[in-house]
Formats: sequence, structure tokens, C-alpha cells
Amino acid sequence: MVEALNLGLRQVMAKDDRVVVLGQDIAQTGGVFRVTAGLLDEFGGDRVIDTPLAEAGIVGSAIGMSLYGMLPVAEIQFDAFVYPGFEQIVVHAARYAWRTRGECPASIVVRIPYGGGVRAPELHSDCPEALFTHVPGLKVVSPSTPGDARNMLVAAILDPDPVIFMEPKRIYRSIRGDVSDELPFPITSSDDIYNNAIAHARTARNGDDLAVFTYGATVPLCMDAAAALSADEGVEARVVDLRSLYPLDADAITAAASACGRALVVHEAPRMAGIGAEVSSLIHERVMADLEAPVGRVTGFDVPSPQFANEDDYLPSVDRIVAGARAVLSW
Amino acid sequence: MTAEVLYVIGDGAGVPDNDVPEGLSNKDLVALYRRLVLLRTFDERAVALQRQGRIGTYALYWGEEGTQAGPLYACDDRDWLFPSYRQNAIGVLRGVAPSTVLAWWRGYGGRHGFWNPREHRTAPICVPIATHLPHAVGLAWAAKIRREPVASIAWFGDGATSEGDWHEAMNFASVFKVATVFFCVNNQWAISTPFSKQTATETISEKAAAYAMPGVRVDGFDPLACYAATSQALERGRNGGGPTLIEAFCYRLGAHGTADDPKLYRDESEAQRWRTLEPVNRMASYLLRLGVLDDDDLQSIGAEAKKTIAQAVHEMEAIAQPGREILFDHVYASGRPWSFDEGLAELQGTDRPPAVKPLAPQPGPSTGDAEAPAGT
Repeated sequence: MVEALNLGLRQVMAKDDRVVVLGQDIAQTGGVFRVTAGLLDEFGGDRVIDTPLAEAGIVGSAIGMSLYGMLPVAEIQFDAFVYPGFEQIVVHAARYAWRTRGECPASIVVRIPYGGGVRAPELHSDCPEALFTHVPGLKVVSPSTPGDARNMLVAAILDPDPVIFMEPKRIYRSIRGDVSDELPFPITSSDDIYNNAIAHARTARNGDDLAVFTYGATVPLCMDAAAALSADEGVEARVVDLRSLYPLDADAITAAASACGRALVVHEAPRMAGIGAEVSSLIHERVMADLEAPVGRVTGFDVPSPQFANEDDYLPSVDRIVAGARAVLSW
Repeated sequence: MTAEVLYVIGDGAGVPDNDVPEGLSNKDLVALYRRLVLLRTFDERAVALQRQGRIGTYALYWGEEGTQAGPLYACDDRDWLFPSYRQNAIGVLRGVAPSTVLAWWRGYGGRHGFWNPREHRTAPICVPIATHLPHAVGLAWAAKIRREPVASIAWFGDGATSEGDWHEAMNFASVFKVATVFFCVNNQWAISTPFSKQTATETISEKAAAYAMPGVRVDGFDPLACYAATSQALERGRNGGGPTLIEAFCYRLGAHGTADDPKLYRDESEAQRWRTLEPVNRMASYLLRLGVLDDDDLQSIGAEAKKTIAQAVHEMEAIAQPGREILFDHVYASGRPWSFDEGLAELQGTDRPPAVKPLAPQPGPSTGDAEAPAGT
């Protein structure tokens, strides 16, 4: 996935000189996860910028650059480091289109490697996506495959609205797949690009017994859980990768829930007011009559993301997902 | 490090006038005076409108006109302005309709209360303190990347220098040698917090040393001193010299806003003493001394401004309260989330509440005792 993100950045930067990337340690070292490796050599220091350690400064200057017509991509080094930049995202990035009659949206992308499972120190393993989905004016997305990562990142950069791009760092290098050089859309800004490339949920596995909704690093876990359910119990789960967390693909969600009659939402972030709450609510509001059981949730717990000796206890596991599925299936 | 306060306009008595800043003709001086009067007239009228319940809570800037019109006069038309709420009407000097700014204070959004920043190179009014400073840096930085000689100027108060965003913006601007002018209007009060509780330094300008940028201290009641310092800072910035911090030292002559009562926390006799320095009369006296204008000219400039603002009030009041659909307009530049149509449908299924009127001033302390000092 790291290479796919890097490819996407290179492709869009080569085609559109409005695109600049900025963040901590992204130019000389290519980022702590190497997503921006090689960009400095290819595009130079004007467009690939190592900044001081200041997230409000990074996001805030990206907003100012966008006002001048650039398309900045800001990297936040780790999930929990976004909080100093949170005010800029909430009070400015999210509101600039609204505040300027739609003329000057903050056309920025904030890339955030997020989530646990990499045995990192405190505050390197948060899942803050729901903080952003609650903020009107933002688009929030998370890919789970290399192909999606590339396509969604390019689309997010070209989209005129601010996009919070959540990168599941646990599967940065564990998920591999060929990514063709061809993009499924042209590298030109258009109003439809986001809708074409990101807005629709992806059916990662077919099945009619249970719909499992998830995104990011828990997608492969749900695939494993679905395989186990199939092998052990002959239950065929449909796995839906949400991709876009705001806006949600309501039609795809309700269609899958209706078709299966049973649904489970899985994410790593804490349960309280998380994406799962919204997906569950949406299904109950729209297609409750089609359900044979209440929507279940398997999520992180409502506790701080733990020190890594305990992170496997915190993160949804295949076993927990299977157990959650069984609870919905046997209700 | 110096606490010297640079000025141009003397007091017509013991303090002599300094030379007119380079590049300013008599015509320029008159044009600048006109702008001061327009800003003053707008401000006084806005306070009156708030008193009458025709706009909402308003943040007045009475006495700070020189810190706005002065620096702006030094700007090139391509330079970008980043105002805080204290410079709410500065866009008017860049062609924003004064009725639009008044409509913003009346609580109107959409096309009535906001403008297109690119059309006027004027960012929207920034409400949260110091958060617009990184934008000013980013904008001038982008211009630098494109090799275009465009600078930015951002206004903020003494209180803003305590915010983290101020530091981050100052640091970024200096590290990347960006052509941003940090224009601090040190009026010595952040609502009720005096300058002495805001910072342990003697001045704001000395903080520039921590960022290896020049720090200049000027008389904030002297429009020409504000002009001259900004002019030099812009030239330096455009020549690759990086940012400058300008401290315009003055005093907040009015309340923080129309909902604030300074009598609760400060001795108003101090404000009275500072009031003799206010910039509009001071500039008028100066122009009379120079023989550039006479009393009749002053009269007609005042009348012209009154007419402009009266027309703006008329236009503002002719705008109907925006419809309910405006809630969902322009939240996104691309696409419309499905929940928006659901929300609008839900609204349209109910009767609309009566038209919103701005809250009338309430009796009692801290709610509407603010006064704009008597005008020119």
C-alpha cells in the first residue's frame, strides 16, 4: 500500500504542478513510513517540503496555499499528532467553502496514518476518524487495498473539498496487490471525481447470510473471519468495505443489510459514537423490516488505545469478529 | 531591541511632524484620509445599528482605523489581506460591498454575508484568534513557490500573540522566508485582560527577535507611521527578505464589542486620555496644517462617507432573511451528501418560525453598555 500511495502522489504531481506535499520528515527521509520517498528528487524542494514540527502550522499553511490556488497534501506523522491541527481542520478547512459562497473551498488533503498493531509507543495508535466524520464540510475516507489507496488518494487530491485521508498503517506493507499505472479516471479536477473513485462502498466478498461492514485495517480481518465462518459453519458473509466514511454510501449499506437480513459493523476505533453507531442506525432507520436480528458491533473498547503489550487485547481479532457474527446469526 | 515608537504625525504643538513618508503625494494623503473616514463612519453606524436591534453583537474598532487603512495603503492590489473581526470592514476598502459586511453582522450567510476572497484578495473575517495567521503565511508561501511577487498581511491583536498559531505562523514564515507582514494592533486590552497579563515582555515587537525577523514598533494612532512601516516590510518581503512583525501601539478606546462593558474592569479616564490621539481627527489636523485640505473639504469627505454607509444600510435592510435551503448551500464544493436533501425535506414539512431579529440590547452590566466615543 505504501508503494501505491507513493505512485499516486507521483502520478498526480507529475500531471498537476498545483500539487505540493508538506509535513514532518517527508522530504529528505521520505516520511517515517516512506510514503513520500523519492518525491524530493523528482519534484524538488519547492513542492516537497519538510516543515517544522507544528501541525496547526502545517494544516493552516496548506489552507493558505489552497487559497492561492495550490492543491496541498499535508502529512500528519501519526494519528494522535493531528490533534494540534484539529482546530485548523474544524474551524477553517471544513468551513472555507461555506464561508466563501463555495468559491474558495480548502482544497487540501490531510493524510493520517492511523490505528494500532505496529507495536508503537503511546499516542501512535489512535483511530480518530469519527472526530472528523462529525464535522460538516469534511470528507473522510480510508482505503484497504493498494489499488484503492492509489485511486482514492489521487481523487482526494483533485477533489475541491478538504479530504481527511486515513491510512491504515497496520496494513501499509502487509497487504500487497498489483496496481496498474492506469488510473480509472483522468487526472483533472472535476466535480465527479470523488463520486467516481471514492464515494461508493466496495463489496469485498459476496454472501447472503450476513453483511459485515468495515473499512481500513479491519477489512482483511473480516475477510478472514468470513472465510472461517464459511469453512466451519457454511455461513456466507458479505464483506462491504465502506471506503468513504463521510459521506457514507447509504444505498449500498441498506441494500446489503436488506439482502442478508443480518448485519455486523466492525472497526478498530472506540464504539461510542463511532462509525458503527451511524451504520447501525442507518440500517435500523431504513430497512428494519428486512432484519432478522439487531445490527451487531465489534469494535475497539471505550478506553485509550493501550500500551502495545495489550494492544492485541484491544484490537478486533478474527475470533472476536467470528463471535460477533455468531451472536447476530443466532439472535 | 527598542521600545521606541515610530511616528510621522506630531501634535501640532510641542511634538513636530516628521517628513511625509516617501512616495506619498498630497493626493495620496487625501485618499488615505477618505478611507479613514469611511471606516470610522461604518463603525459608528454599525454600533448605532446594533443599539437599534438592526444587527447583532458587533466588534467595534473605533480609533483603530489608522492601523487598517494605513497598512492597506502600502499594499499592492495583488497582495492579500487577512483580517480578524476587529478589521471586519477592511474588505470595503478592497471593493467588498459595505452592505455585505453589515449583513454578516446581521447574521446573514451565503451570498449575502460572505464574499469571494479571490475577487478582493481579502480573506473572510476570522473569528477564532490567531488562526488566520498560518493562512496568510501559506498564501504568500504559495506565491513564492510560483515566483509571483505577492505578499500577505495579517492583522491580529496583542491577545493573539499568546496563541500557539501565532508562534507557528511566525516560525514558518521566518524559516521559509515568506513575504508576510504580521500586523499586531496592540490596543493593550483583550476584552478584560490587560497587556501586562498577556505577556511578560515590555513590547510585542521584541518577540520578533525569537524568529530572527525584524520587529518594528509604531504609533498605532498614526496612519502614516502604520503606512510607512508596512511599506518597508512589504518591500523587504517581496525582495526575499522574509516576514516582518509590526506592533502598532495604541489603546482600545471603545469596548471589545457591543456586549462588553469596560467599566467593569478598567478605569475609563485612562481611555479618555488616549482619546486625544485618535487617528481620524489627528490626520485631519495634520492635513489642515499641511494646507492639503480645508474645513470645507473635511465636511464634504464626511458627508460623502455618511452617504455611502447610509446607502449600505438601506441595501442591507432590503435583503430578505435567507431561506432555509441556505443551510445546505456550499457546505461542499463538490457533491451534496444525501443527508442534506433529507434535512431540507424535514424542514420543509414544518412551518418556518417567525423571521429572526437581532437581539435588542439588554439592560444591565456587560450587555450592551458599549459606547463608540463621540465622533469627528
